[in-house]
Amino acid sequence: MNIIEKVMAKASGRREVQAGDIIEAKIDKAMMNDITGPLAIEAFKEMGGKDVWDKNRVIIVLDHLVPANSDQSANLHRILRTFAKEQDLKYFYDVGRGGVCHQMMMENHAKPGEMIVGADSHTCTYGAVGAFATGIGSTEIASVFLTGKLWFKVPKAVNIIVNGKLNPPVAPKDLILYTIGQFKADGATYMGVNFSGEAVHNMSVDGRMAICNMVVEMGAKNGIVEPDEKTVEYLKARNLVPFEVVKEDPKAAYDSVVEHDASKLEPMVACPPSVDNVKPVSEIGSVEIDQAVIGSCTNGRLEDLRIAAKTLNGRKVKKGVRALAIPASQEVYIDAMREGVLETLVKAGVLVCDPNCGPCYGGHLGLLAAGETCVSSTNRNFIGRMGSPKAKVYLASPATVATSAITGKITDPRKHEA
Amino acid sequence: MDVMKGKALKYGDGVNTDVIIPGKYLVYTDYKDLAKYAMDGLDPDFHKKLGERKIIVAGRNFGCGSSREQAPIALKYAGVQCILADSFARIFYRNAINIGLPILECEGVSTKVDDGDELRIDFKEGLVEDASKKIKLKTKPTPDFLLEIMEKGLVEYMKEKKKRSKT
Repeated sequence: MNIIEKVMAKASGRREVQAGDIIEAKIDKAMMNDITGPLAIEAFKEMGGKDVWDKNRVIIVLDHLVPANSDQSANLHRILRTFAKEQDLKYFYDVGRGGVCHQMMMENHAKPGEMIVGADSHTCTYGAVGAFATGIGSTEIASVFLTGKLWFKVPKAVNIIVNGKLNPPVAPKDLILYTIGQFKADGATYMGVNFSGEAVHNMSVDGRMAICNMVVEMGAKNGIVEPDEKTVEYLKARNLVPFEVVKEDPKAAYDSVVEHDASKLEPMVACPPSVDNVKPVSEIGSVEIDQAVIGSCTNGRLEDLRIAAKTLNGRKVKKGVRALAIPASQEVYIDAMREGVLETLVKAGVLVCDPNCGPCYGGHLGLLAAGETCVSSTNRNFIGRMGSPKAKVYLASPATVATSAITGKITDPRKHEA
Repeated sequence: MDVMKGKALKYGDGVNTDVIIPGKYLVYTDYKDLAKYAMDGLDPDFHKKLGERKIIVAGRNFGCGSSREQAPIALKYAGVQCILADSFARIFYRNAINIGLPILECEGVSTKVDDGDELRIDFKEGLVEDASKKIKLKTKPTPDFLLEIMEKGLVEYMKEKKKRSKT
């Protein structure tokens, strides 16, 4: 069995499963946020739910509208706060106590071999530690709150082998953008995606999070990296113990295999209006920007902020451009503060925001006017994603975003290295 | 609900959840408010067109993007009767079924059916008939348990399941 089948077999109490099997899996953790949660609570109550199946396994994070920017969003928060209290939930991440939901899950909850569902499409991020994690809707997560179980079809899986080494500033983000450009937005629909090979093995868990995070942009059910010594080190350092390392069998079969050569990769950009419209930065011509954003569940971690600070150190964000840096969590915020990363960014003219989803999903904090252009380290660039339907969003790595903030147009970070 | 009839309202490929219901409207919890802004990012005439064309026919990867259940909810409460597409994004597909919005994958439907065509959809048989063009398209039949959830919605389905397990 491949690693996805191994995790699903374990969760369904079967000795063996294969692609196409319908299983009922025990869920280890279920997460919801301020956008998807209120609907889930309503559905849970309508289903006749009284107590959630396990108050230590239901996790609520406020992140999309933090802090509340309207009375309606404050109301969404209130609904979740009340529910967390009523249910006596162990993990409720309120304003100022958490950050982006996927970052919370990775800092405090996700472990190898676990089955995790979240009412948010980027739940697939936790494959970075070898969990099977996937996004579901609000009503469906309500049924999980009730039963602790969910049915799945064991997905066909593709093994993406990334040989060679990434040449910095080429980053994991460039690798996943390139991959989405190759697969296209529906190229992996219903499929599981396993990442392997030298470049993945050399990647930090932060980097693995960035690549697993975006598999949903090519339609995949989940992304996963087999746990290795880096995973174990990460989990121990975070005190995410005990854990059980689930690995693929020696003769694991995948439905298909794709190989990339990391050493040949260039910095990539996903051009509007779709995430699969991917080009090397050297081929996009002159694109002037109004805003640059570093943050989100894709690239708002310490590693990403460090790269931004290194790029912007002693330089200034170009006049007329606004740059936002949004740490993915309170912890990332403090670490970046301690290292002087935030000071460097602020001195360069970057607005450092509170940990939250930022403008990424178009509801809060740093939205765009008609006719404006943004380069962003986030994950979607659909029409209207970040404000006006007449604004344009280009997706790129933190290095490309930070370099572009200096020059005022989308710029190859290799040409501007310190 | 095994069979459904109506006129086609055509859209293209990759209709994503951000254009179906943009993020700024997700603060609303009333389904009527969400319905008001359905397709706000894509088609300003959506509600007008829906007057007589209630079956959305679209291309590939309909509903890609976010897991927001507000997307199928907005469409359903705006008056969409059913969605046919060459393919669907998986979270949207499950969400639509769970909230009781009939949905059917039918490869090739976007190239064979035109806007305004009179359609008859048989979920159980996996058959789409275009009366205007006098053609039939075969697809996979929807299994009974999915039909049941699609008809009632997952909330009702779970309620009944709970009741059944008690008796």
